[in-house]
Amino acid sequence: MTDTAALPPLDDLIACPHCDTLHLEQDLPEGSKAYCRRCGILLLTSEPQAIVRLVSLASAAVVLMVAAISFPFLDLDVSGQHNATSVIHAITVFSSGKGIPLAIAVALFIVVLPLVRLLALIFAIGPLVNGSKPHHSARVAFALTEQLRPWAMAEIFMVGVTVALVKIAGMATVTVGPAFWAFVALVIITVFNDQIMNRYSIWKALDTGYNA
Amino acid sequence: MESTGHGLQRLTTAREAGLIACTRCGQVHAGGAVRCKRCHGPLESRDTQSMQKVWAWLIAGIIAFIPANIYPMLITNTLVEHSEATILGGVVQLVGHHSYGIAAIVFVASIMIPIGKFFAIAYLAISVHRQQILKMHQRHKLYDVVEFIGRWSMIDVFVVAILSALVQLGGVATINPGVAALSFALSVVFTMLSALAFDPRLIWDADRTAE
Repeated sequence: MTDTAALPPLDDLIACPHCDTLHLEQDLPEGSKAYCRRCGILLLTSEPQAIVRLVSLASAAVVLMVAAISFPFLDLDVSGQHNATSVIHAITVFSSGKGIPLAIAVALFIVVLPLVRLLALIFAIGPLVNGSKPHHSARVAFALTEQLRPWAMAEIFMVGVTVALVKIAGMATVTVGPAFWAFVALVIITVFNDQIMNRYSIWKALDTGYNA
Repeated sequence: MESTGHGLQRLTTAREAGLIACTRCGQVHAGGAVRCKRCHGPLESRDTQSMQKVWAWLIAGIIAFIPANIYPMLITNTLVEHSEATILGGVVQLVGHHSYGIAAIVFVASIMIPIGKFFAIAYLAISVHRQQILKMHQRHKLYDVVEFIGRWSMIDVFVVAILSALVQLGGVATINPGVAALSFALSVVFTMLSALAFDPRLIWDADRTAE
């Protein structure tokens, strides 16, 4: 057993969330990454531009999301009969009868939760961009962003759309609307955003922001 | 001990050092702390109820998976015919239309991933209590994969959602979701909750005690 007295100050330590191994936090050279010595997961990144990038990408994603849910998404044409669908429409079609639970689930996974995540992220780290103090509840907002990560499924929805298009390609002509492309851009941005987001580095940046 | 002068040269866990770490933000606290001072999340050295939650959600997920495969996922009505397709039936139809790539995506996402996930979670949960053949690094990889891949099973639910929204052409053709769509969505959600309830630190503890 290690003697607690021999340990450095607790604030200088970082524990791996997967295997509980303690590491001494160090100032990383710019652009480098720190991994857990035992299990190898990524612990910290040092990317000074990350916060600015995250906020700008998230703001772009919010705009795209508004476009993606309001413009026509797909247009179906079977021998003269038309049916244009927006994402909102896709959700409301279910809301009759036994489709309600499914409508709620789809609305949550592809619109509500991704949007809440983006807004919470902007709220939490937005002020850090121009060096001002983060909001009082920035930590709660960022914790929310992290917790919702597995439940925001916009990218999975896009694969679903592709499968659906192939399924009806034989029986009808389908044209994609502007919302479709907005959604594609949104998915690319979201995936890219999650790649550059490192939660421990952001917690650290929030700490520095509060103390500044 | 040599170079840095503190006990971190050896791989020490927060628990062994009498400390508690926050899994959400990595902040380390003295033993006995109950709430993280940085992110205000609840603190626990090990989630002692983790296994109960894992098994409960896993069983719920397996139960919901049964009706998801028996009942129809899609109900198609056209002028001339009424057809109902289950998940597997949908894959067979796609193969019939020679869309092999898409058939493979649906088959992997709706059948292989969920079933593989049931076994993987059950295996990991059992491995916490027993000596294992798989090395801890492999099991840790397995945990990462399970956590990452589970959400992709939702593809088929979204396919149903889009098709039924799009194909609403009065008497000519309508597509509606079947009972399986909801039970499948529930099964995916339950198994995701099961994977999230798993405390990965237990994998590493089990190996340390075994050594």
